[in-house]
Amino acid sequence: MSTDKNVVTITELTRQIKQSLETGFPRVWVEGEISNYKKHTSGHLYFTLKDEGAQLSAVMWRSRVPYLAFPPEDGMKVIARGSITVYPPRGNYQLDIEQMQPAGIGELQLAFERLKKKLAAEGLFDAEHKKPIPEFPECIGIVTSETGAALQDILSVLSRRQPSVNVILAPVKVQGAGSAEEIAEAIKQLNQYGGIDVMIVGRGGGSLEDLWAFNEEIVARAIYASKIPVISAVGHEIDFSISDFTADLRAPTPSAAAEIAVRDRKELLEEISNLYYTMNDAMKNRISGLREHISGLLASYTFNRPRDMVREFSQRVDEMERSIGISLNHIVQTVNRRFDSLKNQLQALNPHGVLKRGYSIVHKGGRIISSERLLHSGDEAEIQFHDGSVGVRVEKGR
Amino acid sequence: MVAKKSEKNSLEHYLQRLQEIAESLEQGEVPLDEAVNLYEEGIKLSKECTEKLKTAELKIKKLSKGIEDQLALNETEEE
Repeated sequence: MSTDKNVVTITELTRQIKQSLETGFPRVWVEGEISNYKKHTSGHLYFTLKDEGAQLSAVMWRSRVPYLAFPPEDGMKVIARGSITVYPPRGNYQLDIEQMQPAGIGELQLAFERLKKKLAAEGLFDAEHKKPIPEFPECIGIVTSETGAALQDILSVLSRRQPSVNVILAPVKVQGAGSAEEIAEAIKQLNQYGGIDVMIVGRGGGSLEDLWAFNEEIVARAIYASKIPVISAVGHEIDFSISDFTADLRAPTPSAAAEIAVRDRKELLEEISNLYYTMNDAMKNRISGLREHISGLLASYTFNRPRDMVREFSQRVDEMERSIGISLNHIVQTVNRRFDSLKNQLQALNPHGVLKRGYSIVHKGGRIISSERLLHSGDEAEIQFHDGSVGVRVEKGR
Repeated sequence: MVAKKSEKNSLEHYLQRLQEIAESLEQGEVPLDEAVNLYEEGIKLSKECTEKLKTAELKIKKLSKGIEDQLALNETEEE
């Protein structure tokens, strides 16, 4: 044609195409089937992604290969994330893959089993790495979708059971491109935030594809690295995710995770009131026991011995008094009786009585004369009668 | 007092202490004056625990990434 046309070199054109493509498609997610898969001795992976209508060259650099959850092979359906780059020496464009995951159910299952095996071999699921879930958390971290039903379920259980807890929500995408990275990042952030006692990581139920983020290695490693105990709550009760295996505790559903995370306030209040009554009863029993003990002591034989002794003594004193009284009386009566008889005797002996009966006593020189021989004629004597005496002169005759 | 298992988690700490007190009072082996002290402590603890449980409504904070990739907190009211 003509030379006045604006001619550029291949290199220049390619440079422009490169710039245009690379700025136009900095990050894309594509789904396709792997073909012409080659693992180069350098470690880089080269293959083609295709569907019914088109095909795309793809490369995955060695540095990213370790993060693959599965071994790629021809015919496998995958979802890949990367950027479009142009390789000028060959004049072609390709997808520079950063991350790739299986797309079909069969592939997902395969990838799941493979990752599970790998992480299990590394010890990520080992029981000795499981951190205990605190019984009384004051602050709970939640990693889930801000708009999902799972969050509402968790919050409603928390506010019903234990509204005194604080909740720190780290909102994330829970499915689709980039969700695994967000989840892993949120787990790290909650760890940095500090003061969180336990975290719930999860989402509601869905298909295996929907739940896939929780089967990604990056999430598993973030959970494993978390210093905060993690309760995983992914999807349905029956399905286990890699997150479930890695977490410190697996809850069947988000609601169940919330139930596990906090103790029920009503139960706790009841427990406290039971403890309160236990203490009260214990004290009451103790005091009434002591009371009984004291009254028992007061009633005991030993304690009452002194009183008994006093009573016995006073009884004895009474008895003695009585018996002393009896014998004194007796003595007095005996004495009285003797006195009376003596008095009678004396009375009988009283000479005056005899004199009254007509007898008289003869005295001479102050002596009682009891014989006629003591009297001589001319003696002066005295005759005593009961009512007086007369002087007489003795005349012995006859 | 018992060993501090978790200093900040006072509810757990209180409850544990309360249980200990109730048990030792139930066993009735402590001397009476000590038992009276324990009882007083227990009554106080049970009141404090109850208060602690009864106060506060669910507080929710949202962690979000700022432009500088720094942690920012948005308070949101719930319920």
